[in-house]
Amino acid sequence: MKKVGNHKSFSKIFFSVAFVLVTSLSAFSQDAAKGKELFNTNCAACHKLDAKATGPALRGVEAKYDKEWLYKWIKNSGELIKSGDAQAVKVFEDNNKVPMTAFPQLSNEDIDNIIAYTSEPAPVVATPVPGPDAKTATDESGVSNNVILGVLSLVMIMLVVMLFLVNNMLTKIASAKGLEVAQKDRSLMNVFRAYAKNQFLVLVSAILLLLVSAYFAYGWMMQIGVDQGYEPVQPIHYSHRIHAGENGIDCKYCHSAARVGKHSNIPSLNVCMNCHKNISEVAETTATEEHSKAFYDGEIAKLYDAVGWDKSLQKYTGKTKPVKWVRIHNLPDHVYFNHSQHVTVAGVECQTCHGPVEEMEIMKQHAPLTMGWCINCHRETNVKVEDNAYYKKIHEELSKKYGVSQLTAAQMGGLECGKCHY
Amino acid sequence: MASNKKYWKSVEELNENSSIVETLRNNEFVEPIPVDQFLGDKESLSASSTTRRDFLKYVGFSTAAASLAACEGPVVKSIPYVVQPEEIIPGVADYYATTMADGFDFANILIKTREGRPIKVENNNLEGAKTGANARVHASVLSLYDSLRLKQPKIAGKDATWADVNTKVKASLEDAKAKGGNVVVLTNTMASPSTDALIASLVAKYPTTKHVVYDAVSESNALDAFQAVYGVRALANYDFSKSDVIVSVGADFLGDWQGGGFDAGYAQGRIPKNGMMSKHIQIESNMSLAGANADVRIPMTVAQQKQSLADLYYAVVNGAQPKNAQIAKAAKQLKDAKNKGVIVTGLDDVNAQLVVLAINNALQSEAFNPSDAILTRKGDAKAVAQLVADMKAGKVHTLIMNGVNPAYTLANSKDFVAALKSVKLSVSFSMKEDETSTLTSIAAAAPHYLESWGDVAITRGNYSIMQPTIRPLFNTKQFQEALLTWTDNTVAYYDFLKSFSVTSLAGKSWNQAVHDGFVASVASPLTAVSADYASAASALAQSKSSNFDLVLYSKVGMGDGQQANNPWLQEFPDPITRVSWDNYVTISKADADAAGVKNWNVANGGLNGSYVTIKAGNATLENVPAIIQPGQAKGTLGLAFGYGKKLGLKEEMQVGVNAYALYTNLNSNQSATITVVEGEHEFACVQLQKTLMGRGDIIKETTLEVFNTKDAKVWNPVPMVSLDHKPTAATEVDLWDSFDRSVGHHFNLSIDLNACTGCGACVIACHAENNVPVVGKDEVRRSRDMHWLRIDRYYSSKETFAGDIELKESASGLMSSIDTFASMEDPSENPQIAFQPVMCQHCNHAPCETVCPVAATSHGREGQNHMAYNRCVGTRYCANNCPYKVRRFNWFLYNKNSEFDYHMNDDLGRMVINPDVNVRSRGVMEKCSMCIQMTQAVKLKAKREGRAVGKDEFQTACSAACSSGAMKFGDINDSASDVAKLVESDRMYHLLEHIGTKPNVMYHVKVRNDK
Repeated sequence: MKKVGNHKSFSKIFFSVAFVLVTSLSAFSQDAAKGKELFNTNCAACHKLDAKATGPALRGVEAKYDKEWLYKWIKNSGELIKSGDAQAVKVFEDNNKVPMTAFPQLSNEDIDNIIAYTSEPAPVVATPVPGPDAKTATDESGVSNNVILGVLSLVMIMLVVMLFLVNNMLTKIASAKGLEVAQKDRSLMNVFRAYAKNQFLVLVSAILLLLVSAYFAYGWMMQIGVDQGYEPVQPIHYSHRIHAGENGIDCKYCHSAARVGKHSNIPSLNVCMNCHKNISEVAETTATEEHSKAFYDGEIAKLYDAVGWDKSLQKYTGKTKPVKWVRIHNLPDHVYFNHSQHVTVAGVECQTCHGPVEEMEIMKQHAPLTMGWCINCHRETNVKVEDNAYYKKIHEELSKKYGVSQLTAAQMGGLECGKCHY
Repeated sequence: MASNKKYWKSVEELNENSSIVETLRNNEFVEPIPVDQFLGDKESLSASSTTRRDFLKYVGFSTAAASLAACEGPVVKSIPYVVQPEEIIPGVADYYATTMADGFDFANILIKTREGRPIKVENNNLEGAKTGANARVHASVLSLYDSLRLKQPKIAGKDATWADVNTKVKASLEDAKAKGGNVVVLTNTMASPSTDALIASLVAKYPTTKHVVYDAVSESNALDAFQAVYGVRALANYDFSKSDVIVSVGADFLGDWQGGGFDAGYAQGRIPKNGMMSKHIQIESNMSLAGANADVRIPMTVAQQKQSLADLYYAVVNGAQPKNAQIAKAAKQLKDAKNKGVIVTGLDDVNAQLVVLAINNALQSEAFNPSDAILTRKGDAKAVAQLVADMKAGKVHTLIMNGVNPAYTLANSKDFVAALKSVKLSVSFSMKEDETSTLTSIAAAAPHYLESWGDVAITRGNYSIMQPTIRPLFNTKQFQEALLTWTDNTVAYYDFLKSFSVTSLAGKSWNQAVHDGFVASVASPLTAVSADYASAASALAQSKSSNFDLVLYSKVGMGDGQQANNPWLQEFPDPITRVSWDNYVTISKADADAAGVKNWNVANGGLNGSYVTIKAGNATLENVPAIIQPGQAKGTLGLAFGYGKKLGLKEEMQVGVNAYALYTNLNSNQSATITVVEGEHEFACVQLQKTLMGRGDIIKETTLEVFNTKDAKVWNPVPMVSLDHKPTAATEVDLWDSFDRSVGHHFNLSIDLNACTGCGACVIACHAENNVPVVGKDEVRRSRDMHWLRIDRYYSSKETFAGDIELKESASGLMSSIDTFASMEDPSENPQIAFQPVMCQHCNHAPCETVCPVAATSHGREGQNHMAYNRCVGTRYCANNCPYKVRRFNWFLYNKNSEFDYHMNDDLGRMVINPDVNVRSRGVMEKCSMCIQMTQAVKLKAKREGRAVGKDEFQTACSAACSSGAMKFGDINDSASDVAKLVESDRMYHLLEHIGTKPNVMYHVKVRNDK
């Protein structure tokens, strides 16, 4: 069998990154690795090496300023500015007059280490080379499927051949023993004629046919308007996998209205900016085979564009473009659904209805959102009555009435029409 | 015999040589259809690429494709805020306290907003708030979304900028100052201390400026009288809860008399407590809301009322005996009540108003409260008349108007319009391009009160704050902001208001005052100076009337007509006549017969009536539809303001006649004559049956004496039915197994017929809460109105309802029964009236539920009768089987349908829709849901907070809107709640109890004080 390689493997792009480490020639024994650590804990919140964030880009900062001045500035910039140091005032004004946090706890040595780290030359991005080893890796999975299929069809063919052989053998034995095998008129036409003559058979098969087609027609019609698995392309490729999965951000951090309101709300862009003011690019490790780092950075740029954030000036321009998301979970108008009832009161996990969102690269509709699906859950789920004074009396009385220790939502009245339709 | 007549199709045919006629005769279709060319040539036909078969294929394919494509769901976009305001959480309502003040209606209210849109008006229930929002206040939220609002300032009818407007006005003001020309600021009663200060600063800057206050519906005489006695231009305030005997001479104090808002206090005294309730005697000419609620109603002409008032004065002050027996009785009761008695009058006569002040002072009436005087009417009729005269004489250089529409509301509007031309510059701050603002040099677009900042002193001792609940929808500016600009003050009005209010906040912080919506303090007492009461009384005693006394009034649904483009208010049926979409002249039966005025019902169920022409002095109003009004005093006519507007409102709303045309000298009492004219008017009346036909089980009522002395079984009997040939109480017989309703919530709505004044605030609140559609005059006429809550009004056929029952019981035999019942269809000349709000009764054994073939209507455990619209297929079986006739069918699609061009047909109007309630589609049944969305929300809030639901926390839209306390809603399984006590009351009964529907709506027997 011909093996067809996964076409994706050809488009696989590899980034190999070469780091060239240049050790400083200065007399001090500076440790860039230590410096990186210090930089990440103390400086990275406001500074980046190659781009302006809240503070300016720090690569090559050593060349710009006198070291002694840097010590003073880092340990207490405010004082330096107050003292009227011209350079300090200029730096302060160039950076939107945002005062820099003082770091008196850093020793001169620490600062040297940090400077050493910032003095490392920028990594050179190598041209992407298609990796030959990637191809073989992906081909393997293709083989196994095809092999199984091939083997199966071989078995089938063998079985047919065997059957034919057995039949032949039996006829031969029969004729050898002198048994007459009645030779029926086997023409298809005659069979059909006989069938057509038998009105009962026609009736039964007609009914059967109608029933079967009705069954399928019903099945087909019942899926109209059910958008399970709906996964539209969104204006910004927002990855729940990265946010909720890798970074473990709580669903309700962004979808905060779900706690108190009817809607779970699509977070407004200012919520995104809580983090993305400082995260303007993703880490190398975030990139996947499917989506490169450049792709994700591009999506963050889209956010900046929409919210009107000028990355280089670290300022809001005031030019906003609201994002027109495509709504995925679309309940019809005649259904009232309240998130807070389920999220806050019942304590239902978001994933119960929305599926493993933390694994979804792009959000899609997990549940069918049909009435049957709602009702089913109401039948099976117990009402969470613990520590809720509202339920105290009614639960006591109702559980006595139904003779159960735990009431389901349905027993609590969760199947009544008017609870969701008004 | 053959006729020689010849019929001409047109004048052209008379012309013998007309080529047109010739052509038409020979060939009707001027352009021949090229049939031959197409079908005759076989070759071209067969060569044609589209054959018939192909055509059918295409049709088939496109039909299939279209239906398949329809199965695909539409792509819905969801657009979040870029920066979400902190206080807005999508799906959660916010409430803001504000104050309505439009010159006619004033109230401290709460505004419910959703996603930043105001969607509903609620009463502000904080202690001390001036609340009691009426139907118009509830409807005002829709006027915000009026699509015909003035959207930007206009100069000479062309769009302009505010900078241009300000330059022009300032130039004109400077010019007036230089030349000594008069500047007049003409406003409605704004009752705003900060605005008064701003106008004062304008006067300081331009000393030739004068401020004239003009109320479209004037209380000028009452103001003059109060000012003469107490030195303040205000109106006396009354607290009817403190009085045992209330005598009203022509004052509709349950309607719009002196700004309204008296019903809460009145209703308190009307509920029998310890065998006591107040006695209400109404002397009036029109059948008013107050008259309908009175224990004794004496119909009189205006002149007779004045004489009676003089008699009452002499009786109380001098101890004289009135000649009229009824007046004598009233006088005695008033005197006996001493300081528990009160008298009010609506007579538009300064003497009458003076005399009333004198009587109340003589009685030392507790209910009479001059110190808390009402400040919401300030208009000065004389000053307005002087202004028009000045304008005519060319003495007015610049005229600045705010919130007034004199070209529509003045009786001499023609003079005003003509005189406007001699004014150099006229500015009108208006929300509409109305009769006035289309004529002024500048039409300044004013914001709605829900978009404005402001302060309002509703009464002395009240300082209310108006705060915006939405950003201005259009390019509008407040009058106050303009005043600041004109006086070269660069402060924003908000900052001005904040610093101005410091002295009025009585220790409250600004934020607290804005939060509460008002500040209440004790008003300094006012002392009366003596006036010449005796001559006032003798002047009254002299009054005589010739012709008809025309009494102009305002309807609770329309008021002064500012909100005439509000479809909710147009469709709101008048509580008394039950006519919507109209005003009309009311006339007594006797006068109608004499004049030949008729009302009749036509085959399609509509009410028709004659037209009359009314002449009052020099003013004539033509083609006024007439309604025969039971209880209308003989020799009097009634006509409501607010209709007959032509500008700034949609065509459908241009209904009725303009009663202001007869409002000469801003006096609501006019002498008039009528003549019947040709034609018949089609009314949209929602209740054609007038009487109860003696069916005392629908509205149970009794007298205070019987109520106090007899057992409840006598005056509130449980209907008996036959079970096993034995009489059994209907409440004990049951076809059905009853569900155990003792667990969880069980909602009940209680309606006290004693406290219900019929004001109709609940009807509009229900409209707003439940997205009830407006169907229009034609559809209402066909009885297709959609009101979930109606207030039935019944007249008695005899003098009293008790008389009706007696008559019904006495009828025996077929012929006599037919005659008796036929006679009972007509109301009495001065009938008793009863109001009964009826909505879905939420029967525990609901007849509608058993007949629904698709189970679209079902019963909930908590007592509500649910209606699943998406399940309904529109068989209307339920409506047919409903004994209360409360189900409403959507005969058409009432939203996004240009055939029903009301608020639901434009994007702006739809902003008022409550997002928690479904907007129903064509072909489904709908009805009152007992505001299940509200009870669910309360439950959810309690669950979220992990607590039991608080006492009386549950509300419906109607019960929350009911300021008289007639409607109470709650959980009867919560023994602390009000309804749990009310359901045990011996006045409680259910509507049509004998059919065993076991409703969850209960009524309370009406008790009349017959003492």
